[in-house]
Amino acid sequence: MQTKRTIFPNKWLPYALLAPQLAITLIFFIWPALQAAKSSFEREDPFGFRTTFIWFDNYARLFADPMYLNSLWRTLIFAVLVTVIAMGVSLVLAVAVNRLLRASRIYTTLLVWPYAVAPVVAGILWWFMFNPSIGILSYVLGQLGVSWNHRVNADQAMILIVLAASWKQISYNFLFFVAGLQSVPASLSEAAAIDGAGPLKRFFTIVFPLLSPTTFFLLIVNINYAMFDTFGVIDATTSGGPAQSTNILVYKVYADGFLGLNIGSSSAQSVLLMLIVIVLTVIQFRYVERRVQY
Amino acid sequence: MAPISLQGVKKIYQGNVTAIHGLDLEIGDGELVVLVGPSGCGKSTLLRMIAGLETISDGTISIGGSVVNHKEPAERDIAMVFQNYALYPHMTVRQNLEYGLKNRGTPRDEIDRRVNEAARILEISPFLERKPRQLSGGQRQRVAMGRAIVRQPKAFLFDEPLSNLDAKLRGQMRIEIRRLQRSLKTTSVYVTHDQLEAMTLADRLVVMNAGRIEQVGKPIELYDRPASLFVAGFIGSPPMNLFSLEALASASGHDLASLLPVGTDIVGIRPDSIAVDGEGMTLSGKVELIEPVGGESHVYVRLEAMEQTVTIVLQGRPNLAEGDWLSFVLPVGALHPFNKGTGLRTD
Repeated sequence: MQTKRTIFPNKWLPYALLAPQLAITLIFFIWPALQAAKSSFEREDPFGFRTTFIWFDNYARLFADPMYLNSLWRTLIFAVLVTVIAMGVSLVLAVAVNRLLRASRIYTTLLVWPYAVAPVVAGILWWFMFNPSIGILSYVLGQLGVSWNHRVNADQAMILIVLAASWKQISYNFLFFVAGLQSVPASLSEAAAIDGAGPLKRFFTIVFPLLSPTTFFLLIVNINYAMFDTFGVIDATTSGGPAQSTNILVYKVYADGFLGLNIGSSSAQSVLLMLIVIVLTVIQFRYVERRVQY
Repeated sequence: MAPISLQGVKKIYQGNVTAIHGLDLEIGDGELVVLVGPSGCGKSTLLRMIAGLETISDGTISIGGSVVNHKEPAERDIAMVFQNYALYPHMTVRQNLEYGLKNRGTPRDEIDRRVNEAARILEISPFLERKPRQLSGGQRQRVAMGRAIVRQPKAFLFDEPLSNLDAKLRGQMRIEIRRLQRSLKTTSVYVTHDQLEAMTLADRLVVMNAGRIEQVGKPIELYDRPASLFVAGFIGSPPMNLFSLEALASASGHDLASLLPVGTDIVGIRPDSIAVDGEGMTLSGKVELIEPVGGESHVYVRLEAMEQTVTIVLQGRPNLAEGDWLSFVLPVGALHPFNKGTGLRTD
């Protein structure tokens, strides 16, 4: 494809037009990132009087630290659960809406609302419902013989943040899945029906494979979301507790840096997170257009 | 292989829109019946009802003697070729052909035998390992046909299968479909809006209009004796000339009313029944346009007295120019008499 070229009469005009965007990117993204990379090689005392350059000491300590490895493990559990639940539930909802002829727009609109809720609010919402003393869901669970207290039970705390984080992401996934499903021609399903495939078989052999570009895209987006965008949910519900059980990587960066005032370690952690994002993004760009083609 | 029988079939959509008004049709074993009509006449809906993709509001459809009204498409043992081919884009041609057989639990060696046989017949063997997007329109069309024939179903249903092809390929594929259907002797229902396709393919032609059958018969019968004004106008290209009886009688000076059945107020004549000499009513007018199409020429003549244009098909290349004055003859025996009120033929 031929790119359209615009010739500017003034040599400096194009740079001037780009400048605001570049300034924002440089000041708010690149500079802090470089600063973090620099701090990750330094040790600073809590009062900021003295800074020592210590090479990879912060990184070495992290990988020897059972707390950090625990956090890595918790993040993995959390990200996998959130991704699977958020994508699974939204796919079921999208398939259901796609079968509706009437009222599908109303359902779509309603299902998209949770996306407009801020993460902290979503967290607090679920925190209230599961609050051991006043929550409606913990009361119902109590009636069913389940003693709910996410403040002391690590598994329950994990369930709570997984629910809150997935709930918020379902809307987003749902929208993409509905759009994806609508782009699968109805005649393919009809042809498969005539070819003797039942509804489930049609879904798994025809519709789902054709959704794969959407699914792959959402997979990356959801992993990113679970790992990096769930700070608000955790801060509002469990604050990483009890006993580090919900202290996922992104929350640990905050807790160690701002609460523990260990800037060096916190910076090293954020640099590692940055590397993970870069890897995920590269995978997305390299494969989303090539591998998942039909 | 099986006959298909439609009795009092109706389709009523939500909101009381009737798409098909109680329709009866018997399709014989091994017969190729073409449903033809303008868009929105219900021909595709009818085909989809036979396939089981649309519910039947009233009446019964039976295939091979058993009523299929409440059977799933898969249980009807039919194959359908879609307008957009509906090939599974993520599967190779071979997988496309195998899909229906696998779903029915056909043994592996039988699947291979049938797929290779179909590929040989349709000359798609070289493409078996390709994906549909790597094929041209004509090749995709063949694969869609192949997917239908490997199943060896009771009936083939074709939903405007050639409308996405260019004119030349359409002509070729039309002949191939006809040859294939003749050799397989599978009952077929073919939907099209192209009257040339309909005329050339059909054992019997069903002309539909606004959810009703206008006429059923052999294509040439419909051409020779259209039962209604609609069929007269729809079948044949260029279309039949229609005149008001009164205007024609006064323009030609013939007492036509006494020669034609009572109730006739419109008469039609095929453009190829009109000659430049011979017995009949003589009319004349100014040549507006000449379309030489090769072996014949379409001449459009303006009849000022009747305020209409008449189309004449003349063999060869007549020695005429636009603007010339032309006298021509309508043989009285070639007139088709109709009644305007009922829209039906009167003889």
